[in-house]
Amino acid sequence: MLNWRRRVAIRDHLAEANLFARRVIVALAMVVVLGTILALNMRTLQVDKHQDYQTRADGNRIKVLPIAPNRGLIYDRFGRILAENSSFYSLEIVPEQVQDMPALLAALAKLIPLDADLIDDFNKNVRQQRRKFKPVILKSRLTEEEAAIIAVNQHKLHGAYIEARLKRHYPYGELTTHAIGYVAKINQKDANNLEMEGKSANYQGTDDIGKLGIERYYEEILHGQVGYQEVEVNNRGRPIRTLSEQPPTPGQDLVLNLDIEMQKVAKQALGERRGAIVVLDAKDNGILSIYSNPSYDPNLFVHGISSKNYKALLNNRDRPLINRTTQGRYPPASTIKPHIGLLGLESGLITTKTRIWDPGYYQIKDIEHKYRDWKSWGHGWVDIYKAIEESCDVYYYDLAVRLGMDSISSFMNQFGFGELTGIDIHEETSATMPSREWKYGRFRQPWYAGDTISIGIGQGYWTATPLQLALATSILANEGEHFEPKLLKSTKTQTGELPVPAIDRKPVEVDSERNWQVIKTAMEGVVSKPTGSGFRAYDGVTYPAAGKTGTAQVISIAQDEEYDEDEIDERHRDNALFVGFAPVDDPKVVVAVIIENVGGGGKNAAPVARTMMDYYFAHYPESF
Amino acid sequence: MNAQVGQQTDIFRKLHIDAPLLLGLLVLMVAGLFIIYSASGQDSALITRQITRLSIAVGVMIVVAQIPPNFYLRWAPPLFIAGCLLLIAVLLFGSMGKGAQRWLDIGVTKIQPSEMMKLAVPIMIAWFIARKPLPPTIGHSVAGFALIMFPTMLIAKQPDLGTSLLIASSGLFVLFLAGLSWRVIGGFTIAGLITAPILWYFYMRDYQKQRVLTFLDPETDPLGAGYHIIQSKIAIGSGGMWGKGWLKGTQSQLEFLPERHTDFIFAVFAEEFGWVGVLLLLAIYFYIIARGMIIAIRAPDAFTKLLAGSITLTFFVYVFVNIGMVSGILPVVGVPLPLVSYGGTSMVTIMAGFGIIMAIGTHRRFLRDN
Repeated sequence: MLNWRRRVAIRDHLAEANLFARRVIVALAMVVVLGTILALNMRTLQVDKHQDYQTRADGNRIKVLPIAPNRGLIYDRFGRILAENSSFYSLEIVPEQVQDMPALLAALAKLIPLDADLIDDFNKNVRQQRRKFKPVILKSRLTEEEAAIIAVNQHKLHGAYIEARLKRHYPYGELTTHAIGYVAKINQKDANNLEMEGKSANYQGTDDIGKLGIERYYEEILHGQVGYQEVEVNNRGRPIRTLSEQPPTPGQDLVLNLDIEMQKVAKQALGERRGAIVVLDAKDNGILSIYSNPSYDPNLFVHGISSKNYKALLNNRDRPLINRTTQGRYPPASTIKPHIGLLGLESGLITTKTRIWDPGYYQIKDIEHKYRDWKSWGHGWVDIYKAIEESCDVYYYDLAVRLGMDSISSFMNQFGFGELTGIDIHEETSATMPSREWKYGRFRQPWYAGDTISIGIGQGYWTATPLQLALATSILANEGEHFEPKLLKSTKTQTGELPVPAIDRKPVEVDSERNWQVIKTAMEGVVSKPTGSGFRAYDGVTYPAAGKTGTAQVISIAQDEEYDEDEIDERHRDNALFVGFAPVDDPKVVVAVIIENVGGGGKNAAPVARTMMDYYFAHYPESF
Repeated sequence: MNAQVGQQTDIFRKLHIDAPLLLGLLVLMVAGLFIIYSASGQDSALITRQITRLSIAVGVMIVVAQIPPNFYLRWAPPLFIAGCLLLIAVLLFGSMGKGAQRWLDIGVTKIQPSEMMKLAVPIMIAWFIARKPLPPTIGHSVAGFALIMFPTMLIAKQPDLGTSLLIASSGLFVLFLAGLSWRVIGGFTIAGLITAPILWYFYMRDYQKQRVLTFLDPETDPLGAGYHIIQSKIAIGSGGMWGKGWLKGTQSQLEFLPERHTDFIFAVFAEEFGWVGVLLLLAIYFYIIARGMIIAIRAPDAFTKLLAGSITLTFFVYVFVNIGMVSGILPVVGVPLPLVSYGGTSMVTIMAGFGIIMAIGTHRRFLRDN
């Protein structure tokens, strides 16, 4: 080697080699320095700041996913389930896993019926979807058979799955709608409310919320407490595995006072007729039955009602969406005569001996207008008993005018008229118990004596809901005791049932307890005396009942016109009403019935009330 | 030395293979396969492809090692001129890929002339500098510098900053190893420090400034340009001293880390094997570089010394720039972690470079006869 170098003498090879070697050493030193810088920087990242970066790495990968609690179930008083959480099969597709979507949809369409609408909706949802690994529902509420067909062919349908989802189901359908209500998808408004009430966190993972009835009123109890699952996710947010879990607390089960079989009887009794029935347990005003006809299927709303179906409900002339029992404002008509009679006795304006002559009409001095009795030839001499039994109008025209509106108003308020009853659903109106102030506020008009005359027979400005009528009847039957009517009987706990105590309001106090007896005896006469307006309906009952019929004018009849059922438009016919309770001396059950546009209360509503009472006494033997 | 080892050394010598260097390279390649397997989410197809590429690269290295170094001596200028012409052609007719013009479609296949220049430039500069006695004169150095800058600018214009940086380094290393005066080096450094602010204020466009700013503080743009580097630092930092274990890096397995099996594979390695693993990896690289420098020192003449030294140091530039970028102390430029990152072209070039080094280390007899 050295020989070779010496041969080329022009260049100093040794010097060059030395120079090169020195430069190599410098270069290697640089490599070492730079390598050390890398190593030290790595040390800073991996050792000194390790904790910090570990936290950030965990922040990347760990996500907390909510687990929705199971909603509490709802039972009737005998443990029959009224609202349950059922598995519904839905066909879902994970877009990320599908290579050829049109082909998959075509294959599915060969197996089960798929409307073009469904496919359009599905395609729209897929386009709008941000996370492609999340399933999109193609068809919900599959039949068992459809689910089975898809399951059998699963191996050919990559990306398509049958999912069982828990959805609320109301097995009795329209029978319970107005009482229990329904749940439906949480909308923007619900979300805003939850946000405002600070409940958003608890609804992470919850799809549905109570929209109506019990489901809405007891939402908080029924919903339960959300659980959490800590999962590891990838950069697209897809869960990879579960790290820890905090199970949700399911909502509490509710037991209602409702008796679903009695509810069926109520529906049957009304048949095709529009109307409402309320049956209360007279002891605490627990609601045994509350039915508004026509009703509708709440299950439609749970799965998202189509706009076509919703419009149909909304535009239906019979207005099924209105809960007639609590939202229907009806003139109470003669059903309030017992209350006015009681006020008459209390005020001393009448006694049991007081008699007036009924010529078939009533006139105030100097005014020509004749206020007619329903019996155009008159009832003759009438006392308080006969006035209630036969529902004499003239007696009450006279009494009302003598009592004056102020005293009627404040007395009727004590019976719950013009006030919310306190039922545990939010869909309730207070209806109207008119007064001077009310009329002035509403119409800027003074109260006229003529206004008071119609009030005497529960017409004019006076309106009440069927539930208010039932409540007022219950207060009468219980001689002043006033409990709020309630649907909820008890909540279920692990150890048993926790009864919900009845809430009482200020009782109606009278100067003479005997006056209660007078009115109740008169009401007994309504159904027990052959002349009573409810006698025919209650002929042959095995229990001592009391009641009062009512027939409410829907339109006013001109002075010299006769009310002729056949000549009037069906919608303008009278509403039939009946309120009653039984047994007379120890009331157990209170019934209120309203049937729209069918005519007289004694003929049409009283038989329905009797049906309800008969059912009660046949099925609640412990009540005797 | 016992007989058997002597015999083995003899076989390698006949094949023109430097056994210690080959060992280092193979260790790196195998380590690379394991990391790619982890980084790709256990994709065996990817591993198969990488093994094919590695085999081709090793084959190329063996073939190149058979070529006596004075072949390059003879062909340096034509190779360089041809390379420059191809680069010009790329700028004129090249096809686009990843937002840059790098490929030249010659009908049968596409070629990437900048890869060829990674070797053509050090060969050319080594030839040019070695023609005169070392150290080079100022004039000679300036001429050599011009030769370096011409292809560098052409590649920077594509734009391919990573490659132009590597090519400029390979040429400058030749000048440095040839004994370029420290005064000149110091002068250029000072000139560079003065030019930088001028460039910043007068020549750089806003998006370029933005890139520099993002590099300096990636957290200002966590979802945009800063995302890569932030996720990479999280991966590295969360690895800790001992790492999370092979296939257990959350940042890589859950795909938070971008470019996992290519440019940012070092972050995967650091996450799964920790600081201890990083030191080990750096040691392997240092071993290869040291071996390359030993071959350079032992090389018989100025041309081969300069060429071997330059190729070796350029290899270090790959390592430094890649790790520096992934760990956030250098800006993000597209330079792979040599022999570990998944990918073909640059690996073949690197292995061809090691082929040249091996040729230099094993072809002395031929040179002596010359």
